[in-house]
Amino acid sequence: MIDNLPFLVVAITILLGLYTLLFRKDLIKMIMGISLIEAGVNLFLIALGYRWESIAPIFTGAPSLAMVMPTVQALTLTSIVIGVATLALLLSMVMIIYRHYHTTDVREVTKLQG
Amino acid sequence: MSMSKIIRTTADVMFMFIMVFGFYIVLHGHLTPGGGFQGGAVIATAFILLIVAHHMDDFLGWFKKDSFQTCEMSGLVLFIGTALAAISLGYLFFMNFLSGKGGLFGQFVPFGINQGFMSTAGTIPIMNIAVGIEVLGGLTIIILYMTSGIQSPEEGK
Amino acid sequence: MDIILDNLPGLLIAIPLLGAFLTPLVSRAGDAARNIWVLLTVALTSLCGLLIASRVLETGTIVYTFGVQHLSEIIPPDSGGIPIRIIFTIDPLSAFMLIIASIVSFCIILYSLSSMEKLSGKDGFFTLLLLLIAGVYGMIATGDLFNFFVFLEISSLAGAALVAYRIDKGVAAEAGLKYAALSTLGGLLFLVAIGFLYVQYNSLNMAVIASRMNLTGLDIIAFVLFFTALAMKCGAVPMHFWTPDSYAMAPSAVTAFLVVSSQASLYALFRVCFTLYGGQINPLTVGWVMIILGVLSMFIGVTMAIPQKDVKRLMAYHAVSQTGYMLLGVGVGLAALSSTCMFNSVGMTALKGGLFHIMNHALYKGLLFLTAGVIMYRCGTRNLNQLGGLGHNMKWTMVFFMIGALAIAGIPPFNGFASKLLIYESTFLFNPLLAVIAMVVSILTLASFVKVFHSMFMGPKLPEYEDVKEAPAPMLIAMAILAILVILFGIFPQTVIDTLVAPAATALIDYHGYAAAVLGAQS
Repeated sequence: MIDNLPFLVVAITILLGLYTLLFRKDLIKMIMGISLIEAGVNLFLIALGYRWESIAPIFTGAPSLAMVMPTVQALTLTSIVIGVATLALLLSMVMIIYRHYHTTDVREVTKLQG
Repeated sequence: MSMSKIIRTTADVMFMFIMVFGFYIVLHGHLTPGGGFQGGAVIATAFILLIVAHHMDDFLGWFKKDSFQTCEMSGLVLFIGTALAAISLGYLFFMNFLSGKGGLFGQFVPFGINQGFMSTAGTIPIMNIAVGIEVLGGLTIIILYMTSGIQSPEEGK
Repeated sequence: MDIILDNLPGLLIAIPLLGAFLTPLVSRAGDAARNIWVLLTVALTSLCGLLIASRVLETGTIVYTFGVQHLSEIIPPDSGGIPIRIIFTIDPLSAFMLIIASIVSFCIILYSLSSMEKLSGKDGFFTLLLLLIAGVYGMIATGDLFNFFVFLEISSLAGAALVAYRIDKGVAAEAGLKYAALSTLGGLLFLVAIGFLYVQYNSLNMAVIASRMNLTGLDIIAFVLFFTALAMKCGAVPMHFWTPDSYAMAPSAVTAFLVVSSQASLYALFRVCFTLYGGQINPLTVGWVMIILGVLSMFIGVTMAIPQKDVKRLMAYHAVSQTGYMLLGVGVGLAALSSTCMFNSVGMTALKGGLFHIMNHALYKGLLFLTAGVIMYRCGTRNLNQLGGLGHNMKWTMVFFMIGALAIAGIPPFNGFASKLLIYESTFLFNPLLAVIAMVVSILTLASFVKVFHSMFMGPKLPEYEDVKEAPAPMLIAMAILAILVILFGIFPQTVIDTLVAPAATALIDYHGYAAAVLGAQS
């Protein structure tokens, strides 16, 4: 049971992010929801690599030789960088929308319909 | 929009320490946790501390926007140049052509647990430095455009 | 010379990346220098793409490993028989998509040299466009799942920034926001699926996973996530809502390449269904799911397109509908894999029709978007109610639009007819109702394009468009290249099918061959 605790946390984080994305009507809060989902996915990737009784995969001055899987940490790093770039882009676009529509309520940003 | 004198002085002093710490993270990326992106983000934090503590005009008087763009571009060109240099030496793309050859980063890595030799791992530290320079330029440019976008029209990128 | 020919897959992404990173420096030397630099970069890249495609079609699958000393060291000697580095696997299906990307990327850069003259911030535009081109090439050529995810995100972010390029009116930023948010969600679903596969098979390489796979529950969940994410990225119907907004608001050269980017995601969908899970999933079930998605896309796309007033929004809905044709064709091929006699009669023709339609669609849809861009450039509006009588002044644009419209409606002798005939034949033998729906959709396509043609080009000259001139020379040359290819592929379809499409279709269903090319006949 305690093995699966990280995955339970991942599921709760992703569900909270989805709730924010679906039920909040302010654009900035919806982007926060996307950021929560990204955080959940990154945690999922790191939790996949864990092995019992192992230490971080650093050879410099390490006490023993059993280490967790390092490949998923590289995947997570790439995903974090992509998340930073995506958030910067999304927030810039929200700033431009605010300047032209004078609101960030997603029910008002509806010039493209049909 | 600048803060009080205590904060401004502390920010000026801390700027140096944060930059040194950031470059330490970048340079030792192949031995301890860290590397290009993480170290670059820390150095960008130092610049953002200066932006928060001082007037934007003061900051733009000390550092030009163009210099950050040059940083970003030179970091990227160094990265791709190091990768393409392997082709000119007859190997394939991205080959680590400096490892094990002696010289700048060319010592052999001893197997197993050791205390960490910095002059090892070939082109990896060079690419870490390139990415560090690029990320510090990129993140600072993002924050500069966003804060100046509050006042005047700028292109969001 | 041999060094360059061996390293062509590496140069395929290195040259556009290097070009993109040096563009801000070159633009400080002036507009003309930057135009020459960008055109040179994309011409070299297209040449690389066409050379790789011709080598693959002669000699078979090329596998290129990053970071080794010689070309043959795919599997390191001390790794126990698994390739641990990032590889590019270019088999005949990837070569087919590379040809499409090479032709369209060269034409749009030629077009955008003159269509962007009046706009500012151009060094950012060309940097992002070269990054988008590099991302699409990487998506097509790679043989590693996580590498595909990275290139998918590169092309999504560059595409979203380009969609929101015109920030003087806020609508483009709204469209770009929708595109970026939906692409991010699709990418995250894809990443979760990669995590599921990695934890079981301990490898990220497509060939290694395909050869080690036993279908467990987690694998089925991963397959559903892959399918949803990639269908979301290519604009199939329940998830198509970003397509009309982004294709309409982007600059026209960018829209023509966003079409190719969606088709690269379609290519990845086929790669996942046929090669990664080859022989494990039930082909009849998944084939019928693809067929239903295809039919929904076709029908909803074309019925939403008819009442549109904005030219590019109408063409974007038609892009959704034509993606439905490709899904229908390949879905019938996949469903026919379940029984050998049905496959021999129907399946191969359906696969060839679906794959040929990908190339035809990229060509004629690119041509149509470029002509819409000419109208926007010269007249300043895209609203069909305000345009009229442009055929008196813009004769070449009218001819190119007519070629594109007849091709999309499936009229002989243009290339749309050839691929649609293959799809109709095979689908009718599989299930007659699907072929009837496809033909009705084709008639409705023709109807909507007749409406557009009449309201834009026919009629008396309007007073406000008295003195519009013809499009500038680079735009005309770019449209002429695409139009000539549309006509040529329509007149000689059998040659194109035999040399380009048939090897691609054979490589698609041959998942043992794919794994054998990477692992060295150990599958």
